[in-house]
Amino acid sequence: MSEARLELSGIVKQYPTVRANDDVRLRVMPGQIHAVLGENGAGKSTLMKIIYGAVQPDAGTMRWNGEPVQVKSPAAARQLGISMVYQHFSLFETLTVAENVWLGLDRSMRLPQVAARIGEVAHSYGLDVDPGRPVHTLSVGEKQRVEIVRALLTDPQLLILDEPTSVLTPQAVEKLFVTLRRLADGGTSILYISHKLDEIRALCHHCTVLRGGRVTGEVDPSKETNASLSRLMIGAEPPALRQRASTQGAEVLTVKGLSLPRLDPYGVDLKDIAFSVHAGEIVGIAGVSGNGQQELMAVLSGEDPRAPVGSVTLEGRDIGRLPPKPRRRAGLHFVPEERLGRGAVPTLSLAQNTLLTRTSTLGPAGWIAPSRVRALAGRLIERFQVKAGGPDAAARSLSGGNLQKFIVGREIDAGPRLLIVAQPTWGVDVGAAALIRGELLALRDAGCALLVVSEELDELFEISDRLLVIARGRISPSVPIAQASIERIGEWMSGLFPGGVREAERAAA
Amino acid sequence: MLRLEPRAKPSRALSLLSPLIALAITVAVGVLLFALLGKDPLRALQMFFVEPVKNLPALSELSVKATPLLLIALGLALCFRANVWNIGAEGQFVLGAMAAGWVALQAGGDLAWLGRGIVVVILVAGVLGGMLWAAIVALLRDRFNANEILVSLMLVYVAILWLSYLVYGPWKDPKGYNFPQTVLFDAVTQIPRLAPKMRANVGSLIALACVAVVWIFMFRLYRGFALQVGGLAPLAARYAGFSSGGALWTALLVSGGLAGLAGALEVIGPLGQLTPHVPVGYGFAAIIVAFVGRLHPVGIVFAAILMSMFYIGGELAQSRMGLPKSLTGVFQGLLLFALLACDTLINYRVRLGAEKLAR
Repeated sequence: MSEARLELSGIVKQYPTVRANDDVRLRVMPGQIHAVLGENGAGKSTLMKIIYGAVQPDAGTMRWNGEPVQVKSPAAARQLGISMVYQHFSLFETLTVAENVWLGLDRSMRLPQVAARIGEVAHSYGLDVDPGRPVHTLSVGEKQRVEIVRALLTDPQLLILDEPTSVLTPQAVEKLFVTLRRLADGGTSILYISHKLDEIRALCHHCTVLRGGRVTGEVDPSKETNASLSRLMIGAEPPALRQRASTQGAEVLTVKGLSLPRLDPYGVDLKDIAFSVHAGEIVGIAGVSGNGQQELMAVLSGEDPRAPVGSVTLEGRDIGRLPPKPRRRAGLHFVPEERLGRGAVPTLSLAQNTLLTRTSTLGPAGWIAPSRVRALAGRLIERFQVKAGGPDAAARSLSGGNLQKFIVGREIDAGPRLLIVAQPTWGVDVGAAALIRGELLALRDAGCALLVVSEELDELFEISDRLLVIARGRISPSVPIAQASIERIGEWMSGLFPGGVREAERAAA
Repeated sequence: MLRLEPRAKPSRALSLLSPLIALAITVAVGVLLFALLGKDPLRALQMFFVEPVKNLPALSELSVKATPLLLIALGLALCFRANVWNIGAEGQFVLGAMAAGWVALQAGGDLAWLGRGIVVVILVAGVLGGMLWAAIVALLRDRFNANEILVSLMLVYVAILWLSYLVYGPWKDPKGYNFPQTVLFDAVTQIPRLAPKMRANVGSLIALACVAVVWIFMFRLYRGFALQVGGLAPLAARYAGFSSGGALWTALLVSGGLAGLAGALEVIGPLGQLTPHVPVGYGFAAIIVAFVGRLHPVGIVFAAILMSMFYIGGELAQSRMGLPKSLTGVFQGLLLFALLACDTLINYRVRLGAEKLAR
């Protein structure tokens, strides 16, 4: 057996309240695509930061091509030949691709040389990007390619990819895999961090599973099933949702002829959006992030009250120009994508956070009765199994999953006529995700209309009755879930649907 | 080597202790300073911390200084909690004084029929004057997105120069030997005093009532809650549907009004006339008071008292020990610096030694 490219043993990292890594070992061979699988909070990110030199471990050894090393900084890591592509891009929107890559290089090179190198690398790995284009004109998949090209220009022996597919369409994921396989064939080792089981099974040669900071398994993923991998990852099989039988009621939300220019220069124009949501059904909106989801949510929630007259109606009432509070009174509740800082104020207690959207506890003249506010928070904590130090716990002291249970619970408990949820289980552990999805289904069965926006196709297929796709500010016709397939929805996500932007372009040409 | 390690959650104990540690540091540096100046540090400390609270007349003087600081700092606390950086309270204070002075000047003439009731009119005029000055800031920020820090600060100088123009020009006392001052206001305009022969007046009670009102607004009224959410998490405020413009206007009008009220109380209390020396820096000192008081109405009461002790102590140290009066400013600055440094301890703990590296 040849020498390992990277070998970690006994890695320990203790944070004030949590042991993020506990006696972690990891062995990556040259040319190996090695998955690190684990839930949010399992310690994957800490481990990668240790390898990349952004965090120093409390104990443990690291060997690089057989030599013991201490990586003191990301620059030292790059010197060794370790490159990392982060989940969140670090690109300057106003600069061109070549300029962005140039800025990230440690070596001195002239800009035309950089552009030429980008061309070479892009060509040999099938990563087509135009070095001269400004980054803000690129799609998310293209931006990720820029990040990967930037990492490859340093000729890395080890490439770390952190959740690379969370922003890609299924087709773009396939394209990425081709590139990664080609890299591995050339001898580059790849550390692939993910919690998506299908991808790991399709791509990776070897998989190290983390749970609660410890290694709980080292397996060959191609020989495992989703169920066996998820047992290693969460210690149990994912709870199955009970089967559906929806009884569709009257139309609750109607959107038609909704076109709206963007507010933010890097935002998306909404174009001629039309769809409806009925009582007793969940309508899912699929799409790659940054295709108009945020803009549409702002229009529906009332944060952006500029909708054309008559374009957004709730049970026959034009609500397009109402601010959020009167919409809530009319029965429209909304769970935003960001929990901390938007759905909840981090430094305020859970009790105080109920006041953001729930005013039933207020006395005359807006008098806040602390006991009633705390009682409401206590009821939510109990009903939705929120693990928290009580109604007085600060929102930021909760884990992502528990805070999400609290926020979703706060809106469900209000008894809405229409509930809009953006990314209901983004970054939430499996147990909490199952509970939240179960609650959404229960709300549907109770006759509420639900609109769910998510980037996780699996989730949408699991809970939706009908699916829509949003791409470049346009929305597709709706498909009943029984007739939807991952392939078709994936194609639609790139704009290839009847009335989509690609068709519109074709018609214009 | 010292290093800072983030705490899992902010320490509640330290958020209360931090002002006390800061005070201790201020005193320690003060002692060092006095010793270097060749003065007896103990005697100097006595000037600052004992003399101002020695007896009833001393406490009365303390209340005269603390009242404007308290009123202004209450309004500023509301602003800062709403993330509105009004640092022009000095100007709003001057406008309040001018508006109040203008009404007081009519006391013997057109408004004689009001009798003692004129005091209320004067105070209301002061509030409106301060509000007007703050409203300019709110308007420019709301309509044109002008930076409120710059606008409010610049308006301080406009206000001070306007006051100078009036007392050097149209409002000058014709029989005042050409001194830049108005006539002494009519006796009916004097704010009622709390005890004979002492300068402590009803203004202190008004200020304490304002403490209660601001406390209720901050912690018991939905509007106050909405305003603070806007400061803590603007996106959450937008999500909830709290208007950011409403919060801006409320915070500035309340703080402008309170600063104007302080100005009015000053001219019909200790001053009794308008001079170019109405602005003495209360509006700026109140920024420190607000922070030392943790932006909490009750904390601000203690902070205002402490800051007044610095004012009085500085004057006593000058007259009795020959120390420069600018010591007051040095102490105020030291306290704020020390407090900001100590606040780090709320979110971080200090550890000895370098961070351990991998073996």
